Amino acid sequence: MPTRRPLALLACLTAASLTAACGGGSGFSEEEGGAADQPQASGPASLQVMIGSSGPAETDAVTAAVEAWASETGNTAEVIAATDLNQQLSQGFAAGSPPDVFYVSSDLFAGYAENGSLLPYAGDLENAGDFYPNLVEAFTYEDEFTCAPKDFSTLGLVINNEAWESAGLTDDDVPTTWEELHQVAETLTTGEQTGLVTSSEFQRLGAFMAQAGGGLVTDGEATADSEANLEALRYVQSMLDDGSMQLTSQVGAGWGGEAFGTGAAAMTIEGNWIAGAMNADYPEVDYRVVPLPAGPEGEATLSFTNCWGIAAESASQEAAQDLVGFLTTPEQQMEFARAFGVMPSVETAQEDFTTEFPDFTAFVEQADVAETVPNAEGVSPVIADLNSQLESLPGGDPAAILSSTQTNLEAALGAE
Amino acid sequence: MSRLRLRSGRASSGHHEAAAGWLFITPVLVVLGLFLALPVGMAAWVSVSDWSGNGSPFAGDVSFVGAENYSELLAGGGLVTQDFGTAMRNNLWYVLLVVPTQTTLALFLAVLVGRRMLRGRGFFRTAFYFPSVTSSVAITVVFLFLFGASGAVNAALAALSIDGPNWFNDPRGVLHIALDAVGVDQAPAALTSSGALGISWWEWLAGPSVAMSTLVILAIFTTSGTFMLLFIAALQNIPGEVDEAAMVDGADARQRFFLVTLPQLRPTLFTVLTLGLIGTWQVFDQIYVGTQGGPGKTTVTPAYLSYTASFEGQRWGQGAAIAFILFAIIVTFAILQRAVLRERDTVPRRKRFKMPDQPLPVSGVSGDRTPGQVTSAGRVHNDDEDGRSR
Repeated sequence: MPTRRPLALLACLTAASLTAACGGGSGFSEEEGGAADQPQASGPASLQVMIGSSGPAETDAVTAAVEAWASETGNTAEVIAATDLNQQLSQGFAAGSPPDVFYVSSDLFAGYAENGSLLPYAGDLENAGDFYPNLVEAFTYEDEFTCAPKDFSTLGLVINNEAWESAGLTDDDVPTTWEELHQVAETLTTGEQTGLVTSSEFQRLGAFMAQAGGGLVTDGEATADSEANLEALRYVQSMLDDGSMQLTSQVGAGWGGEAFGTGAAAMTIEGNWIAGAMNADYPEVDYRVVPLPAGPEGEATLSFTNCWGIAAESASQEAAQDLVGFLTTPEQQMEFARAFGVMPSVETAQEDFTTEFPDFTAFVEQADVAETVPNAEGVSPVIADLNSQLESLPGGDPAAILSSTQTNLEAALGAE
Repeated sequence: MSRLRLRSGRASSGHHEAAAGWLFITPVLVVLGLFLALPVGMAAWVSVSDWSGNGSPFAGDVSFVGAENYSELLAGGGLVTQDFGTAMRNNLWYVLLVVPTQTTLALFLAVLVGRRMLRGRGFFRTAFYFPSVTSSVAITVVFLFLFGASGAVNAALAALSIDGPNWFNDPRGVLHIALDAVGVDQAPAALTSSGALGISWWEWLAGPSVAMSTLVILAIFTTSGTFMLLFIAALQNIPGEVDEAAMVDGADARQRFFLVTLPQLRPTLFTVLTLGLIGTWQVFDQIYVGTQGGPGKTTVTPAYLSYTASFEGQRWGQGAAIAFILFAIIVTFAILQRAVLRERDTVPRRKRFKMPDQPLPVSGVSGDRTPGQVTSAGRVHNDDEDGRSR
């Protein structure tokens, strides 16, 4: 059968090209390297550092630091500012060639830790004991301190000085309790300006839950529908009802900083990143930052953080750990603080930081009462869903919001 | 293939011909296999596996989980099902609004600029086509500004003393808003107590949110030009005599369009509707750039959900499963639509156009006309069809 031969030839050709595609690249190789058995390269390391940068200031500062480390240790390292960090990291992991060192945001941490992408190295760092405990907790997966917190941010109450004074308020009126916050918000509310404007997401309103002694997850159990959370949402709702507080979506602002900068809000609740935005977009606004008021169960705020992840598949893990150790020293973190306004994740840098950046005192002082946003596996989508429900908080039913979140949260935590 | 075999059996030169044929198509087969068949196959495998995004999906520690990813999406009842249901709801409304509107508008524009009488045809054609050749990302950004809370659209509305909504931040469904306006602000219990895909019928009936409606406008604005081009090409292919014949028969402009021109555009209509369906079910860039699924998840679409489930949630199996469900939906819709638009051998009686003052044909069957009998405008087209079918 002469005609079969071309067919067979073709089949071979196609099959050969396909298998070549499957087996030839490093992408789909069968070798599955865990942290321990990943073959390590010898000699000077060549590291890839991938960051999700907030702008040129951050990229330049990180590049300078990494280059300083490289020339000191005789290794080479390249900093890549990702345009879409999640996507580029995922591609790297799927292809088996991830960058050696990279940023991991706390809400994505559990996903990467769970699928074995991250090297659990942070416990071995020299300064492992120096990180703030709540940050260590955020990056602990299955009782193992996995990656070193890069820096952190907390929420504070940001006050417009001009509005404050023209409403006849003095330094003694700075709110320290919920009642006082409600009062000054009412005083500050005029026709054009709302006393307090913040976005409705859990990443802001969750601070009130923490102040009421609540939270979404307590000791690994779902506690979204607790009395404390309900009390917090009812309190927020009471302010929304009488107009002394509005959500950013109600005043047409993208985030609290925008509402605050444009003068639609006399106060907002934001993190230390607001300083950069105010400098750049609203330099004429005179403001100050105070700690959030205490709720029924005392002072509390939320903190946000990223960590320096090291790939489990990195061929130069030792050098990567050395680099992270260098980047998280108090001195280096102060450099980053000067360059792009982040707060050092180590306690030994706190004093230097408050001396050098007195305006940020309120943010860093609250580090001890800060709670991180829950980030266990499967919890991030639940919080995303809670956020979408919180958008209907004005006029909505807080108990219904919390109970549906409780159901979702139980399912997410139980699925582990 | 059988033909190849037959031919090569006849002559020895046929063998070489076949070999050469295979040789020439090999590059295409390899490219298609590498960039189409292989990735699709891989995605199909991922959708039935527990691959977590680390290392090769064909590695030894990745196992087969059957239809687990699919059943969790469709019948899990949890947040995953709710999110998928919400995405389906959002996209269904989007498709229902965009596809008919963009097709009608494209046809309308095509007829408009296809007129020989129109002065400056070239200018209008270019103007209508312009949004289609502009990057959708750029247009989305422009829309974000236009529809901002204090943007140009709201400024224009304010000039008319209308208090415009906060477009991209308004999660309320437009049907809910309309019902609210007529006093229905509580959902009937019958609609809230049951539902599909984890969300209640009341939620399904919310309609597109205000934010999604903005994206609907955006889609119509950008795609109508492309489809207008297809309709212009089809209109130019219709011989002018047919229209003239209808005119002689006394059909007015409306009748000529609906009974003569439109039926001849059926193949193009099918193309436009199919392309429209595919494009709208796969909407992604506007969401990714503009709203990221918000406000209140009302602009999450299956394509965007597939992306976030995979790249942010590291739930790659689910992401791939969503992609395959989306594929099934698109194919189903295309088949349905093909069935609806299929050319029938005879034209339904109600569509036949008859001159009221002429004697009726002997029977409704079109083969029995006699020379000299006055044919109606509708019959011109019928004859054409029947001639083909017999």
